[in-house]
Amino acid sequence: MSGAALDPRTAPKFQVAAKALMGDSQLRKNVRHATKVIQTKRAKVVAEMPDWQELRESGKQIRKHTMRHLDFYLEQFERNCTAAGGVVHWARDAEDARRIVVGLVKASGANSASPTEVIKIKSMTTEEIQLNKALEAAGIHAYETDLAELIIQLGHDQPSHIVVPALHKNRSQIREIFQREMNLPDLGGTPQDLADAARKFLREKFLRVKTAVSGANFLVAETGSVCIVESEGNGRMCLTLPETLISVAGIDKVVPTFQDLEVMLQLLPRSATGERMNPYNSIWTGVDKTSNGGDGPRAFHVVLMDNARTEILADEESRQTLHCIRCGACQNACPVYQQTGGHAYGSVYAGPIGAILTPQLMEMHHAQSLPYASSLCGACYEVCPVKINIPEVLIHLRNKVVKQQSSGFNILANPEVMALKAVAMVFRSEPVFRAAQKLGRLGELPLSRKDGQGEGWIEWLPGMLGGWTQVRDLHVMPKQTFREWFEKRSKDAAGRRAGDKAGKGSDDGR
Amino acid sequence: MRVSLFITCYNDTLFPDTGKAVVRVLERLGHTVEFPAGQTCCGQMHWNTGYQEEAMPLLSRFVEQFKHAEAVVSPSTSCIAMMRDHYPIMAERSKDKKLQAAVAELLPKVWEFSEFLTQKLGLEDVGAYYPHRVTYHASCHGLRSLHIGDGPMRLLRAVKGIDLVEIENLEQCCGFGGTFAIKNAEVSSAMLSEKVRGVLNTRAEAVTGCDNSCLMHIGGALHRQRTGVKPVHLAEILASEEGGQQ
Repeated sequence: MSGAALDPRTAPKFQVAAKALMGDSQLRKNVRHATKVIQTKRAKVVAEMPDWQELRESGKQIRKHTMRHLDFYLEQFERNCTAAGGVVHWARDAEDARRIVVGLVKASGANSASPTEVIKIKSMTTEEIQLNKALEAAGIHAYETDLAELIIQLGHDQPSHIVVPALHKNRSQIREIFQREMNLPDLGGTPQDLADAARKFLREKFLRVKTAVSGANFLVAETGSVCIVESEGNGRMCLTLPETLISVAGIDKVVPTFQDLEVMLQLLPRSATGERMNPYNSIWTGVDKTSNGGDGPRAFHVVLMDNARTEILADEESRQTLHCIRCGACQNACPVYQQTGGHAYGSVYAGPIGAILTPQLMEMHHAQSLPYASSLCGACYEVCPVKINIPEVLIHLRNKVVKQQSSGFNILANPEVMALKAVAMVFRSEPVFRAAQKLGRLGELPLSRKDGQGEGWIEWLPGMLGGWTQVRDLHVMPKQTFREWFEKRSKDAAGRRAGDKAGKGSDDGR
Repeated sequence: MRVSLFITCYNDTLFPDTGKAVVRVLERLGHTVEFPAGQTCCGQMHWNTGYQEEAMPLLSRFVEQFKHAEAVVSPSTSCIAMMRDHYPIMAERSKDKKLQAAVAELLPKVWEFSEFLTQKLGLEDVGAYYPHRVTYHASCHGLRSLHIGDGPMRLLRAVKGIDLVEIENLEQCCGFGGTFAIKNAEVSSAMLSEKVRGVLNTRAEAVTGCDNSCLMHIGGALHRQRTGVKPVHLAEILASEEGGQQ
């Protein structure tokens, strides 16, 4: 799975990718271990909060309100950011965003030639638009500075988690990557060794490269500020050392006021990494315009990117998808993600949130298998800090997929659609249902085998249904349905009552 | 009380013993059980798989069949979750004011079997006897949609002779998920094998729960692996009596 970018347009179906990945027992072990560790930490720090459910509700209401008035808050952000010395750019889609960022990077080398390097902060939004590839094509190399993203980049790999992108790698695998890519054959394997190597590798880039690209966790409309939270301090380096900073943000990242951050910055770290607070919380507003130059970048750009978000906003049933604050708690809690890891989702957004976000970002033209990559167990909804009802949205998107598959001649190519529509007709009439039950008993006869206890079981099913009998048997239908039993019982009881009555009658006559 | 039993399509066809057990328990407690004859399916499979238009007529059918009920009881957490979570949405979508009113009136009278015993009747001990080692699987819909919590465990603890052992991964999905088990068979199987390991680690003779769809899934693997561990719906345990039937 490493190498090629995660692109929903070309990715295989979830079940196909999942099957291949599940053969990698090391990957599964790593994913299982990492998700368990984060889940446990999260549960502990969430349990400390007596008002956690109220906080979740506030988070939900803030996000809902913001999305309802998104146009207003985005324009407010633009005004305030511009007044503070930032430059706001609007990108309709991924291509637009890439073009804008590449242009800004090229123009950023004020005193010298066009730069050939940028440093980057971990950003799923730039992963979403495959920005690094576009920069590379323009002759600009992007250095990822987040430790996990560095591991991914050096390993020619792809992120598998929105918060912990290298979650599928263990320490010895990371050591191998560093030994090979940093040319450190004698590198030790302790966390300290690995952190030291990364520090040495990155520090030189921080000091040399003059242009940085970041994402954003939140945009504050009332002040025009941008907020990024992180755990390593490498992000802080990128935000403060370079001369030019370019931040790419989905238009869904805005919050109305600073006070709203109070809620978000409690919900996010506890849900994401199981920390009470992020070690580094950077919030900046425009540029320092004092005459002596002050601190931080001289030039600051924000690229506000739509990329199908307004389409999502237009759908009443699924717009809550945009409430997501990218904590990844749903990924850690998901029993499907725990089995497959993130790459199976064919998108930088994996797990339950990816299963609803990715097909919508593709405007339902791709990734149609993702809404089905869930048993609807509800664990994601339970942990979501802003109460996104992911199962509900999954079901809604399934309906969209079914409508695509049932339109025109598509239906003929799809046995599942035909079968489910037929079954629906059966349920619409009790006599037909009854007949189908009888027919089912007959139909399964050739498949039934007696087990040691003399009970009938099915060990093989044809076609689609064969998925069931890969690892499970199926008990044959009992000879009598419940309704047949109940009717017979009622009839017998009525008969007994009639009999009693008749008997009584003859007594009287005696 | 006059209880109307909604058996559900799959219990009717595949697990009639569960229905019989529900009848036995409720009658033993002094209630009358009715079975509206025209009932079929709640629409869960269709709704959850994306066939929402196909599920709509099943809502009207359910309402028509049960509108005069004093209480509706069903031995399936996922079907009750379907009704509570989605029937109001479906009714709203139908734009049929009468249907909306009927759904709003009916839903508070609809109970999952264990809920009916613990919450509506306020019972824990229903006079059952089941001298076996048993573990309980908390179905996702019961746990996270109906929030039945430890209700079933309280009912089980009150069963005479039972040796109740808690499973390690109680809150983890068994991997059934309706059509998920077929569409994503490999992932479903992997989830199932973890659940089965949990069951086997308890050394229980039987695994119980409030939803036969999960139990059919877990039981299918237990049978394939020739473990000898049986899936048994909670109602069947509660129906068993000392020296009595079953």
